[in-house]
Amino acid sequence: MPSANLLGQSLLSGILAGGLYALLGLGLSLSWRFLRIINLSHFGFIFLGAYLTYQVATSFHLSPFAVMLAIVPLLFALGVAQQALFVRFAVNEFGSLLVTFGMVAIIESLIQYFWTADFRRLESGYGTLSYRIGPLFLPVAEALTFLVAVVLGLAAWAALRFTYLGKAMRASAEDPAMAAAFGVRERSLALLVAGTSAATAGIAGTFVALTATLAPAQIYAWIGVIFAVVIMGGLGNPLGILAAGLLIGVSEALTMALTSPSWAPLVSFTLLIAVLILRPGRV
Amino acid sequence: MTDAYSRMTLGRLRRVLAATIMAAALALGLAAPVMAQAAGQPIRVGGTLALTGPLAATAMVHKIVGEIYVEQLNKRGGLLGRPVEWVLLDDQSKPDLARTLYEKLITVDKVDLLIGPYATGAILSAMAVAERNGKMLVHHTFGIPKLAKYDAQFPTWALGPAPEQTVPGLVLDALAASAKPPKTIAIVTSKFPSVHFLALGAREVAQKRGLKEVLFLEFEFGAKDFGPIAARVREADPDFLFMGAIGLEGNQLLEALKKLDYTPRNHFYTYPAPGPMAVSPESANALSSTVFEGSPPFTNEPAVAAFAKEYQDRATKAGLPYTLADVQAGVSYTAWQLIEAAVVATKSLDDKVLAQWIRANKVDTILGKLRFTEIGNYGDDLSKIKQVQDGKWVVVWPKEFASGAKLVAR
Repeated sequence: MPSANLLGQSLLSGILAGGLYALLGLGLSLSWRFLRIINLSHFGFIFLGAYLTYQVATSFHLSPFAVMLAIVPLLFALGVAQQALFVRFAVNEFGSLLVTFGMVAIIESLIQYFWTADFRRLESGYGTLSYRIGPLFLPVAEALTFLVAVVLGLAAWAALRFTYLGKAMRASAEDPAMAAAFGVRERSLALLVAGTSAATAGIAGTFVALTATLAPAQIYAWIGVIFAVVIMGGLGNPLGILAAGLLIGVSEALTMALTSPSWAPLVSFTLLIAVLILRPGRV
Repeated sequence: MTDAYSRMTLGRLRRVLAATIMAAALALGLAAPVMAQAAGQPIRVGGTLALTGPLAATAMVHKIVGEIYVEQLNKRGGLLGRPVEWVLLDDQSKPDLARTLYEKLITVDKVDLLIGPYATGAILSAMAVAERNGKMLVHHTFGIPKLAKYDAQFPTWALGPAPEQTVPGLVLDALAASAKPPKTIAIVTSKFPSVHFLALGAREVAQKRGLKEVLFLEFEFGAKDFGPIAARVREADPDFLFMGAIGLEGNQLLEALKKLDYTPRNHFYTYPAPGPMAVSPESANALSSTVFEGSPPFTNEPAVAAFAKEYQDRATKAGLPYTLADVQAGVSYTAWQLIEAAVVATKSLDDKVLAQWIRANKVDTILGKLRFTEIGNYGDDLSKIKQVQDGKWVVVWPKEFASGAKLVAR
């Protein structure tokens, strides 16, 4: 029987992992809901952000958070440019899946060209830092990731619910023609959503650099679980993403603590299938 | 000008030109030191490597070593007086693609000889193609001897026919000879095939030696969150942690343990990424196995030392984070040595003749003398135990290979 300490530590680990999942999935969910773009290159952008954080922070001995401030506008611009291309070539929802898959491969190749396929690790001091709270240990980098995920999730939820822009986005997603008749400028709004989604990828990238070792091929390692989080959370639903991230993170961690860790990857997809059966029509 | 006249003039010109060239060649021959010159159609050695994809980081080591070897071989006069050309294709870390590319190398490119790709999965694919086409396959990084069933395939990673018994046995021997032999063991393993079977073997060996197993965990290859696994290791608190790990998995577990303020007392990793494991502060005293390192006593031979130096230079130039020659570089070099030895001894490029010679002979390599007579054409297990000390891997066991370094056990 596992001890209370082991269960507590695993629960904490799961909650923090859930925060990372939510952070990685937020932008994907927004662009899927409001642009009808299934943007696999979101994962490429995350790793681009992570590698840029690694490179600039290492070369110039800067704080990764200072680097993040520069990466966010850069990724925003990249997201806007990408959306402009999608509009120019009239890429539809299914087409976006194929196009952005190609883009991931290009981004992976570019990363490999500049940083080689070898592992890279950002030595920031946060990587292995943790605080003791009673019998439990709170890892700092993961805790910060969780905090940022919660703040961004709440901010995105509030923006969508209470601001004019948010209401316009929701209206445009529901009925573009009607929204346009009410003066919603769909094209500008789409560029803003795309830029914001990519910017969240930049933020997530910084935290990936802080918590993980980087290798170009690891871009693909996150796709499965993050898709599960996004679909379970509901498209364009920041709080749902947070909840789904936590549910999957905690379930995986408890599975690892109570049974064989090799069962953990099954958890996210089992939960996803259960949600799709019990609540069809979430996508 | 008539045609007969012009033919005569051209013929005279050709004779004068030929005489001039011969005289110049003779003069150069007298003036320069005698060197064997490779000439004629090149001998083409075909193979693939994971130049892109998840295995690319390690495959780059094999690319550098192959380039060094072929270059030096051609400087020495090539093989059978002919230059050697390495036809290298990118299998993108995909065993299915490796299979297609080896078909192409044999049937379209019509290479004379084959050299294996990187890693067990791709080698298994290439082996099937080689067998179907009756080609010999020399390879360097196959991890599961019992799966190597083709009689004209030759592995150069000298693991022996049953590494699942001998490798855990060796590390437990080393620890048993230390000041604090372990009494309890935790085995944590990735389900990646070539490390999983070693961990299962470690379980058996530990049990036979009377170590108490306090934890056995399996996780999927590619796991991202090691927090709960670390929590279980911490709770089990073993004297010895044996991890069936490939690539960065060992580092990931160590970092997760560090966050729980826990350092394993004695810890072994099957196939760690050599650079990250050596330089990480959490990896102090980590153990692993090796058959070659770019340090004494392996580099006592000047030629081996020169190779290690050349490798380091090229790895630095290629921007590799870990530039010391290690086990991957050693087994790769050995594969080329084996091909050269067989061709030179038999003066043949016939795959059957070459395979027969390799099976019948012991071959001198930088790993030591290799034989290919046991299951899967494996021979002796030449593994040694190495340990991270002061940010470097040093061989600590057996004692005669330790070059003064002592195993640190806690």
